[in-house]
Formats: sequence, structure tokens, C-alpha cells
Amino acid sequence: MQSVEQSSRRNFLKIAAATGGGLFLGFNCSNAAALPSIVNPEALAAGAVNFNSFLTIGNDNIITIFSPNPEIGQGIKTAFPMIVAEELDADWTLVKTVQANLDTNKYERQVTGGSGAVPHSWERLRKAGATARYLLVEAASKRWNVPTSEITTEKGKVLHKSSGKSLTYGELADEASKIAIPKEVKLKDEKSFTLIGQSVRNVDNKNIITGKPLFGLDFYREGMLFALIQRPKAFGLKLKSVDSDAAKKMPGIVDVVTFGNSVAVVGKSTWQVKKAREVLKIDYEKEFDLESSADHNRIFKQLLENGEATVRRKNGNVEEAFKNAAKVITAEYQCPFLPHSPLEPMNFFAHVREDGVELVGPTQTPDRARNEAAKITGFPPEKVTVEITRQGGGFGRRLSADYAIEATHVSKMVKAPVKVVWTREDDMTGGTYRPAVRYRFEAALDKSGQMIGYKLRGVGMNSGNPTREDNFPSGAVDNLLIDSVEHKSPITTGPWRAPITNFLAYAEQSFLDEVAEAAGKDPIQFRLELFEKAKKSPAGEVKYDVDRMIAVTKLAAEKSNWGKKKGVHQGFSVYFSHRSYVAQVGEVVVEKGKPVLKNVIAAVDCGIVINKSGSLQQVRGGVVDGVGHAMYGNMTFKDGAPDQTNFNGFRLIRMSEIPEVDVHFVDNGISPTGLGEPALPPAGAAAANAFYKATKKRLRNQPFIEEEAFKSIS
Amino acid sequence: MALLKLQINNRSYEADVDGDTPLLWVLRDNLGLVGTKYGCGIAQCGACTVHVDGEPVRSCALPISAVGKAKVTTIEGLSEKGDHPVQKAWEEVDVAQCGYCQAGQIMTAAAFLKKNPKPTDAQIVETMSGNLCRCGTYHRIKEAVKSAASKTK
Ligand code: FES
Ligand code: FES
Repeated sequence: MQSVEQSSRRNFLKIAAATGGGLFLGFNCSNAAALPSIVNPEALAAGAVNFNSFLTIGNDNIITIFSPNPEIGQGIKTAFPMIVAEELDADWTLVKTVQANLDTNKYERQVTGGSGAVPHSWERLRKAGATARYLLVEAASKRWNVPTSEITTEKGKVLHKSSGKSLTYGELADEASKIAIPKEVKLKDEKSFTLIGQSVRNVDNKNIITGKPLFGLDFYREGMLFALIQRPKAFGLKLKSVDSDAAKKMPGIVDVVTFGNSVAVVGKSTWQVKKAREVLKIDYEKEFDLESSADHNRIFKQLLENGEATVRRKNGNVEEAFKNAAKVITAEYQCPFLPHSPLEPMNFFAHVREDGVELVGPTQTPDRARNEAAKITGFPPEKVTVEITRQGGGFGRRLSADYAIEATHVSKMVKAPVKVVWTREDDMTGGTYRPAVRYRFEAALDKSGQMIGYKLRGVGMNSGNPTREDNFPSGAVDNLLIDSVEHKSPITTGPWRAPITNFLAYAEQSFLDEVAEAAGKDPIQFRLELFEKAKKSPAGEVKYDVDRMIAVTKLAAEKSNWGKKKGVHQGFSVYFSHRSYVAQVGEVVVEKGKPVLKNVIAAVDCGIVINKSGSLQQVRGGVVDGVGHAMYGNMTFKDGAPDQTNFNGFRLIRMSEIPEVDVHFVDNGISPTGLGEPALPPAGAAAANAFYKATKKRLRNQPFIEEEAFKSIS
Repeated sequence: MALLKLQINNRSYEADVDGDTPLLWVLRDNLGLVGTKYGCGIAQCGACTVHVDGEPVRSCALPISAVGKAKVTTIEGLSEKGDHPVQKAWEEVDVAQCGYCQAGQIMTAAAFLKKNPKPTDAQIVETMSGNLCRCGTYHRIKEAVKSAASKTK
């Protein structure tokens, strides 16, 4: 194989003949405008070339597409290959999808988080497919001696319609792999997509419904030991002494080892180590304050009043505006901690060998797991391999590498392959959580009901900045001040699906409902006026696309028949997060004296929809998640220890409690902007504002069932 | 520890375990039948649902000593080719997000439809509300159960 472009290898599209025959295409994603280049297969095998993802076309016509990003239920393992297959004009029934292992030489951003995978890789994936298609067409043109302009492709075949000739991709793969690849490759006109925008089923369906081993917890290896870890029962405690004599004598127990504040019981089966863990005698001592939820409530109020605030955004003269206001509206909103509760609890396999480390398991950040394991063992990161399994949910929890770190420690200490398993109790009580937060909003209205001033202060726990200062209504209010105060808590916290906005959106959109009411305006009309203002005379920088906000707002109003349904109490909410725009209308009906959330109508602008089936479910699932946690999710602490330890104490939404979710996508042809999270943030307010209409009681704290409006009925 | 003989998916298995070990962990750790999932261990989520003599049972809360001669069916044995009407419906409706809860959902639905081949919507919701899906695929679970019911009539 000859090399056409030898310079700057890192940013080039690569292609090589696979050693097993057929076409092997790698594409580097570090630069969407990358130039193509031929690489040699030896270099490929040696891992010397910086690829980002690749596909192979076998002589048997099977196209294998590697999906580098962790699959946690967001559908990436189906959507990514669809994008490649679209530009390639592949026959989808002959496409095989493979989860790639961690390989930072080949891929970048092998992460699941922030709804960022598709926006990041859209251009790159298309280019990979289009380049392979180009080569196949060139190969056919040579073989048939006809100009490429007369050649078309369809479903895995190259066709010369006027002569009736056709060849499959598999038949052309070898020849195609010998052709120099172009510097520029033409992408399809988006209107001619045939696969993107269709409903394509989850590529792992068959394995899921037949119970095949797919998930981290399903990973077993001959000679593997099981470990359960006793962590301090409260945040703020540290280990003082361990008496593991009794535990070590229990059947099946191989060893008990200690590292940091953790005591690991290692043995031959999950159940045996679980029983042995129960007889450990451990003494702890206080390292930090043992905080309770009652303390948090007090701290929040104190810091709202006189905490040292960091200014996040300031426009105009807020004090003036509030002084001149005809009306001032103030309200505070608070939410509790939440566990992530992916249904597959944390677990990880590690084998620390003489020559390196093998890691296998569910992680949203495989590279982080690798680097941590390298640090612990002293091996260079290249000596640590990470196999990414399918994951039983993530919701941000698997962005932390704590459980992979544990597995590495234990394997290193007992010198054996080990799978660390968390019970549900471990998962719920071992951290990390969506942090609790409290917001105070203030709005100043002039005589005509115009919002002339807006203030927001957020008090967060370990969250740095609990506001999103550039989100709406910033840009739409002349005088605005957004600041935040931080409280450092020993309770471990981390990103939780739609970090910050999972609660901020609810608080802000509920508050704006209060302001609209005080201004005597329809909630949708009120927002539309603000959008107009942000467009015509913006206050400072506007970092969201106002037209897209308007479009989803109008679509939700239209599809919900806003304000025109008898006996139905409607509540509105609209939010921009993770690059996408979602408006929702919640519909509450009073049944036997009880307000019930019956429907949520969602208008979604995430740009081009890749997989209709997957996207529809992402939105429904996001709404169910948002409504479920707003209604029921409550995690409280007493002296540093969680009060809820399993699903009997922590309530997750069930089928009997969900609203219908009616989803409408905006068709605007804009490049895809992510969908794993954006449907969740607006859901809480759509529900709360609808409940308000039905009960005339504001829901200013989550979970709603603990609020006056619900307590008085049930 | 005792050597126990078990009837699972029409095959005989032996496991050398303590009598209080839940069936779930025997299936997973000793017999390599990992299709049955662990979600809570306290009969709250339904991820571990199997059939014991045709009845849906939470295997996390069933000690192996209580299984005796009963016939156990797990997701691996629900059908030979993965073509039980409920499995087919799950595929056609494209139910799964992460997929972790779905074996338990399918086993619950299959046992339910066997007894109630023509369920009302309310009966479906009542039964399936025993199984948690953290991804929130409930709309499609409901749709798939309905679709499977219409096909088994
Ligand atoms: S694991 Fe058995 S019901 Fe949850
Ligand atoms: S599909 Fe993820 S828990 Fe149900």
C-alpha cells in the first residue's frame, strides 16, 4: 500500500487494506475538515496511527462499524453507525456494530456525557462513510471503464444503470483499498438521506431480549474473585480500625484487604462475600462534619442572606430597576440530593498482572479509569487496557472512576482477577449524588407588566457554579444580576443527567410562571415577549438561539392546543440545554379530587433527528425521568448518612405514575445537537405549572409529594 | 454448603452452595445464567424475575433451599430461539434503552399473559408497575405487552 499523504498524519483521514482482505477505513476525528491520507496497514496494526473510528468492508459484504463511545442507553451504538452507513449507502441489514475498546491512539472523546457525542462526531462520521463510498465508486469506474458520473450506489451495491452492471461492496473492497483517497469528499444533500431520520431498532435488541451477557455485571472470568467493599457509613467519617477475623473465617472468603477508608472482602461468590462483610467489625472516627438535611436547610438560608457571592453575570443597573419597580416578585426553590440509581449498580473488573492491567466494565469515561489504574499500579497508561461493556444506565454516575479504582486496588493487593460489585445499598449510600441546591429569584415589573429587573442567587453544594448565567432569561432583561454561593460538603457529589439544569430549569421556568401571573399575562405570551426583546434589543450577549426558542414554544402551544382544552390544566416550560431546545406543556386533570399529570406534549429541536425510534424514546424517557424525580425523588441525610438505602425508601417512578408523552420534532435541517439530556430539564416545570393551575398552590420544592399541595390531598 | 440439584430451562444443574443463597446469585455466579439481573436484592425492582413452576418470582428473594424440585425458567430458556411472542414484541416495539431491566420485564409479562391472554390496559399497568425501568421505557413496555397479547389470542 502506498502512501499518498505522508505529512501531518494526526489530522488525516486514513485508509488501509485490512490484513484479512477487504477495505479498512479509519478516520481521524480530531478535525472535521481533515484531509484524507493513505496509511499502511502495519502501522495500523502497531497502533502507530491516530485513528478516531473505523469501518471494515469484508469480502462477504459485511460492513463492520466500530462505535467508540460508551453505550448507556442513549442509543449511540445504533446512531453512530447509522451516520456512517448513510453516507456509504450501505445495506443496513449487513452492517455489524461493534463497541470499540478504549484506544486513545485511534479515537478521541471516548466519553459519554453532556449529550455531546453526536454533535462532536457528525461531520466526521459522515466523511468516513462518504470517503469509503467514493473509493468503491472509483474502483468500479476503473473496472468497468466508465466515468464515475454514470455510477450510482444503493444498498451496498455499486451500479451502472445504463449497462445494467452491478457489483457488491464486498466484491470491490480489495480494489477500492488500493485507490488514493480524495482530499475533499462530497457529502450527501441532507434532503436525500434514506437511513438517517428512519426508525432503526437498537442494534443490541436480540441480545437484550434473550439475556446474553452484555453488561459489566455479566462479566465473569475463570478464577475471578468477587469483592464487596465496606465504605464508611457516613460522609465525614474515616477508618480507624478493622477486625476482620470473623469475616476471614466465613466460607468462601479468600482475603480481607484495606485501602484508604475502604475494607474489601474478597471471596468466591457474591453472596459469600456479602455475608462475610456483615460480620466485619470496623471503628470509624470523625474527619469532617457529619451533615444532616436539617443542617443543609439552615446553611442554604444563611448563605442566601449573607454568603460571599461570586457574580456570574451583570447587565444594566439592577438596584435602580428594583427601586423603580411597580411590583416585585420573590420566590425560593429548593431540591434535595439524588442518587443516580442506574439499574445496573456500580461494578468493575480488574486484573493487575505482572506486565500490565486489564480493566473491563461499565464506564462513561474509560480513559479516566485507565489513568487512575496506571497511577495506582505504576504502569504507564499504555499497559492498561479497558474493555467497555454495555451499561445498565449511567445518568452521569459512571463519569466517576471510583469503582474502577477500587477494583484496581483490590486486584493489586490480592494478586488475582477481581470483580468489585456494589449492592444497591452500596450504590445508593456510597455517593456520588446530584447535589442539593437552593435558588432565590427576584423579578421587578414596571406598570405595564414588563420585566425590567431580574435577580438570581444560587447556593450550591460542591457544584462550583449552580447557575447557568447565560441561559434565558439572560439577554431578555435589561437589568440583571446572577450570582452564586458555594458550600463545601463532605457528601460526595457529581454530575447527574443534565447537571445543574436538571433542577435549575424547573426552578426558573416555574418562577417565570409566577412572574407572568403577577404581570397578568399568559405564560406563553409572556415568554414570547421576552424572546422578542432578546432578539430586537438584547441586554448583553445572547448565547442561545432565540428563533429556535420561539419555534419550539410555538410548536408546543400549537400541538397542545394551548389554553383551549376544557377541564385540562396546562402548564408551560421551555429550556435550552446541551445545545438543544425543548418546550413542554404539562396537562393535569383532577380525578376524584386528585390532580393527575396526564400528558406532556414536547416540542423538540435537536437539529436533524438521526434515529427516529431512539430519539422518540430519549424524549419520552427524559420526561419520565424529569417528572419522576421531581414528583418522588428525595434523598435525605442524618449525621452524614443517607436515610434512603434502596428502592423501598427511595421512590422511582413506575408505569402507573407516568404521563403520556407526545413528542414533536422540529424539522429544520440543522446539524444534530444532542438529545441524551435536553428533554429532562423542562419536564419538572411543565408539571409544576400545570399542577399550580389545578390546585392554585405553587410547588417550590422537590419532591412534589412532600409539598403542601399534595400532602393535603393524599 | 450442600450439593443441590436444580431443574432450570428443562436441564438439570448442580450447585454446591449454602442453602440461604438466593436463586439469583446461584444462577449468575454458579451456573453462568447471567440473563437474570440484579437490581435491588429486596424484591423491589423486578430485574431478577424468573418463572418458578410458571409463576413469576423475584429470584433475589428466593433462597435456593426453597426451590427444591420446582421447574425454573429464566430468560435464556423462555424460548429456544428468542422468538417467544413477548420477546418478538419487545424487538418490534424497540423497547430497550440500556436494556438492563428488560429481561425481568419480559419474564413478568410472559407469565402475566399466560394467565391473562386478553388483559385490559389497567391490568397491564397494574402488573407491570411492579418492575422498575430507570430509563423510563414504560410507554413501550406497555405497547409491547399489548402487542404480544393481541398476537397470542
Ligand atoms: S433484584 Fe430482585 S427485585 Fe430487584
Ligand atoms: S431500559 Fe434501562 S432500566 Fe429499563
